[in-house]
Amino acid sequence: MNLILVTFIILLAFTSYYFGRKKALVIQSSQRLTALPKFYGYYLAAWCAAPALIIFALWSVFEPSIVKTFILQDYTDQNLTKNELQLIYTKVKALAAGTYTGNITNFLDESANKYIQLKGIANSAKVAIILAILIFSLSFAYRSVQKNDRMREPVEIFLKWVLFVASLGAVLVTIGIVFSLLFEAIRFFQAVKIFDFIFGTHWYPAKTFVRDGQPDPELMKDAFGAVPLFAGTFFIAFIAMCVAIPIGLLSGIYLSEYAGRGIRKYAKPIIEILAGIPTVVYGFFAALTVGPFVKEIGNAMGLQVSAESALAAGAVMGVMIIPFISSLSDDVMTAVPQNLRDGSYAMGATKSETVKKVIFPAALPGIVGSILLAVSRAVGETMIVVMASGLAANLTMNPLESTSTITAQIVVILIGDQQFGDPKTQSAFALGISLFIVTLLLNVIALSVVKKYREKYE
Amino acid sequence: MSKIKAENVNVYYGSKQALFDVSIDIAEKEVTALIGPSGCGKSTFLRCLNRMNDVIEICRVEGSIKMDNLELNSRKLDVVRLRENVGMVFQKPNPFPKTIYENVAYGPTIHGIAQSKEEMDQIVETSLKKAALWNEVKDRLDEIGTGLSGGQQQRLCIARAISVSPEVILMDEPCSALDPIATAQIEELIDDLKKEVTIVIVTHSMSQAARVSQKTGFFHLGKLIEFGPTDKIFKNPDNQQTQDYITGRFG
Repeated sequence: MNLILVTFIILLAFTSYYFGRKKALVIQSSQRLTALPKFYGYYLAAWCAAPALIIFALWSVFEPSIVKTFILQDYTDQNLTKNELQLIYTKVKALAAGTYTGNITNFLDESANKYIQLKGIANSAKVAIILAILIFSLSFAYRSVQKNDRMREPVEIFLKWVLFVASLGAVLVTIGIVFSLLFEAIRFFQAVKIFDFIFGTHWYPAKTFVRDGQPDPELMKDAFGAVPLFAGTFFIAFIAMCVAIPIGLLSGIYLSEYAGRGIRKYAKPIIEILAGIPTVVYGFFAALTVGPFVKEIGNAMGLQVSAESALAAGAVMGVMIIPFISSLSDDVMTAVPQNLRDGSYAMGATKSETVKKVIFPAALPGIVGSILLAVSRAVGETMIVVMASGLAANLTMNPLESTSTITAQIVVILIGDQQFGDPKTQSAFALGISLFIVTLLLNVIALSVVKKYREKYE
Repeated sequence: MSKIKAENVNVYYGSKQALFDVSIDIAEKEVTALIGPSGCGKSTFLRCLNRMNDVIEICRVEGSIKMDNLELNSRKLDVVRLRENVGMVFQKPNPFPKTIYENVAYGPTIHGIAQSKEEMDQIVETSLKKAALWNEVKDRLDEIGTGLSGGQQQRLCIARAISVSPEVILMDEPCSALDPIATAQIEELIDDLKKEVTIVIVTHSMSQAARVSQKTGFFHLGKLIEFGPTDKIFKNPDNQQTQDYITGRFG
């Protein structure tokens, strides 16, 4: 029903576009148009689609809760809790849809009938109201087309609002995510002291699990120390950057300054393809190839190496990040004005001197920005760590041991069964928001550094 | 006395020929101006003299260019040495985004000219004085060179070019991005510099060519149409095309 209605509105809008354009051509024969004929079409189409679709959207949002209120009115005298009411409403809906399998009481049956009835009324009312709005707004718009009113401004204003609503949507969704993280995190911090979270050195949430009742506060105190996770996260990111920064930068320099046009044409897309490989592929590459390889080499040298070493995960993560650094630093170095290169060559500088003394320093802020973006990516990377670096949160600085990261722990916490009110589950949100803050800070620094660089040449 | 002698120089960008059989004699310690409409090849020719065309991948140079009997258009030539001897100033001032001091010290550093800090200070000071910039910047040598005004930046580039004591300086429309006052300062500077160095200047302004140069070459469509003493070119040219260009009938 809804689908038909929306399709009808959209088809009608298309039709009115062509109708409006045609009408404009008719008007043209007798008087001067206020805008190009297509604007007449846009004007009619906008008036056709916008009010009807807005009402449709609002209706769809509010209808269920209004129907629910009506149904549950009959139960107000029974002194039920919110959860019980919700359960009854779910039963009524299931019964109305014919999927209910439990005991059917008379009362429930009555409610289900009422539900079906209400839904029917609501649907007919919706169709009627939307048709009325269509007729009203189209006739209003058609009248102003007939009067040959100004068409360009209303269309431009309409487009501005469409764009505004789109960006507002994006912003609101982001804010919503941040707030849901924040609220759950706050609930977590009611159970666990924020001090214990930030400075505690033991991460072992499984030990707080109790079948009934509240977990022991003493246990809570020692189970949610995030230090090992932060340490592991930054340690693995550090190993990754040790791989990615030298290789990425050197290949970026090669691409921007040394590679001939032919090589650059093929090399750059190939390096960028590395960025397109799904991280899960890197993950099993790390877990099944690099991890055992590192272990074997270590064992051959008489070292104790875990099969899930931080080194393997970090190294593979570094490979994943190479294209970011090489591609971005290539871009910023290519953006250094050619006349600076000319100035240096004309002084008799060689290529490597020019790179070292002019191009690299001039591009440095941009390069730092690209590295910071890469770091924030390394910190947020999940799949490789989950697969290759183990899940035990060891506090270690030995790259041959296994360690865990914030992202990997969030995965561990949220897969499988979980209770929502449990501090163990909520700890994922606390980890999430701290990760968010860290990457946000990195991004802010990176962007402000890059911005500073932009100002330098312009 | 002839400093640079070019014979039958042909330049190609890919398959497109940009210069046709250009032969020219550039005299020592004089200012030679190259004029002509846009795209006539005068800048291309200038860039042959310090091998800056090497930077352009698709560019190919044929013919012979000799400086003091050293063949410039040869694979064996040490380009670094050549550019130490032949400085260049560009159309758009292009100081490095470094301090004023570092800008001037750039050439002496990469060529290992100064043995000590004092010697380097001396070179920087002399170069800036010769470029008539010393008095304006002597108290802020550690400020960024790109923060200077356009005219000052161009004089900084000239100071940078003369810091390695080149024998020849090439100038590619050095005043086209500058206001008249800065232009006058640069022209005055060119007049001073020619006592010690040979200058080849490409310019769009015919009055500038007339003011600063002793010899003038007129390029058109990749050919050197006429070359001779500036007075003669401007007052009594042999060629009708030169006459038309000088009097502003085309170009």
